[in-house]
Amino acid sequence: MEEELSKVTSNILKDGNAAHFHTGSWRNKTPIHSKEKCKNCMLCVAYCPEDCIKQKEGVLTDIDLNYCKGCGVCAKVCPFKAIEMDEKKEV
Amino acid sequence: MAYNLKEVLNKKVRLSSGHRMCAGCGAPTVVRNVLRALDDEHNAVISCATGCLEVSTCIYPYTAWKNCSFIHTAFENASATLSGAIEAYNALKEKGKVKKETKFIGFGGDGGTLDIGLQSLSGAMERGHDIAYFCYDNGAYMNTGTQRSSSTPHFADTTTSPAGKEVPGKMQRRKDLTEIMSKNNTVYVAQTALVGNLKDLHDKSEKAIYTEGPTYVSVLSPCPRGWGYDPSDLSVISKLAVDTCFWPLYEIENGVYTVTYKPANKLPVEEFLKMQKRFKHLFKPENRWMIDEIQKEVDEKWNFLLEQEKNTHKDNA
Repeated sequence: MEEELSKVTSNILKDGNAAHFHTGSWRNKTPIHSKEKCKNCMLCVAYCPEDCIKQKEGVLTDIDLNYCKGCGVCAKVCPFKAIEMDEKKEV
Repeated sequence: MAYNLKEVLNKKVRLSSGHRMCAGCGAPTVVRNVLRALDDEHNAVISCATGCLEVSTCIYPYTAWKNCSFIHTAFENASATLSGAIEAYNALKEKGKVKKETKFIGFGGDGGTLDIGLQSLSGAMERGHDIAYFCYDNGAYMNTGTQRSSSTPHFADTTTSPAGKEVPGKMQRRKDLTEIMSKNNTVYVAQTALVGNLKDLHDKSEKAIYTEGPTYVSVLSPCPRGWGYDPSDLSVISKLAVDTCFWPLYEIENGVYTVTYKPANKLPVEEFLKMQKRFKHLFKPENRWMIDEIQKEVDEKWNFLLEQEKNTHKDNA
């Protein structure tokens, strides 16, 4: 796919190919997820503007930092304070 | 079927990561959750009026839209494009050339819906096309740098209605398109926001998409840059807009009003205003009258809705 993208064409070759563009470099704060505090209510997954919080069968599995812009919406929406924003770009 | 957030989140994602909307923008959250109301088996044709959402989700050679057919349109013709697509689909369906159930959905910002795209939207609704149109309302032309639109709230500071000595921010009241749409052949009209577990948004989107005929939903989509608040406050500011009744949640089904959320404790509108830089000038002591004016407008609208709910339900009973 990466190879295909480098070709100059007049077509967009695959839907959803924006996933090849990593917006994580915009981030200046990083979300840290605490498995102990998390009750898997999934509010952060629903609110994340980037869709970078991944879940499987109702359990939060991962925050994909390739896309996370560090907005902190997930940390604010969490009723259990299971996500905290670290003031660093990379952790 | 009862709403279950965990089940809804297992549905197909139709707007991928990697789009170039600002950090903390409400629009991608709105769009993704609206499209989660679609059945996984159904296809969607989406037409997007020019605006933040359109320009930052399909920057060539990328597109963030997936599992749907996306049509890139201009400011004026998002709904007209959908009308054309729907006619083509119906003709092909009649000939048996397409089998897959397809839904036609429009997205537009408030500029592309309330101002520039209004004629085509109004036309599509009048013709009775089976379109669900969603306006993600952030109250100005955010894409080009916060110019006022007809959806900008009264007294808000924008670059073309700058608050200062000459003018106190935007001088006119906000255009109430939800109300206008309800008088325009539209079978279902609703207003919603990103609150709680998004049940309200999901239910209204589902109704809009699966009700036959033209439907219109207006969704509050906070904009951290244009409104001037901390990007992390997306859920907080939406909740305040709803709890102060600045953005009432209601729906109108064939003329019958239902207020879907009545705050137990209706907060004063300052609570919502004071978080935002665009209303900063309202908090100078000499500008107190502006807050009172906004409060008056909010109360008027809220009482009107409660009254309408009472009257229209009575007629039907």
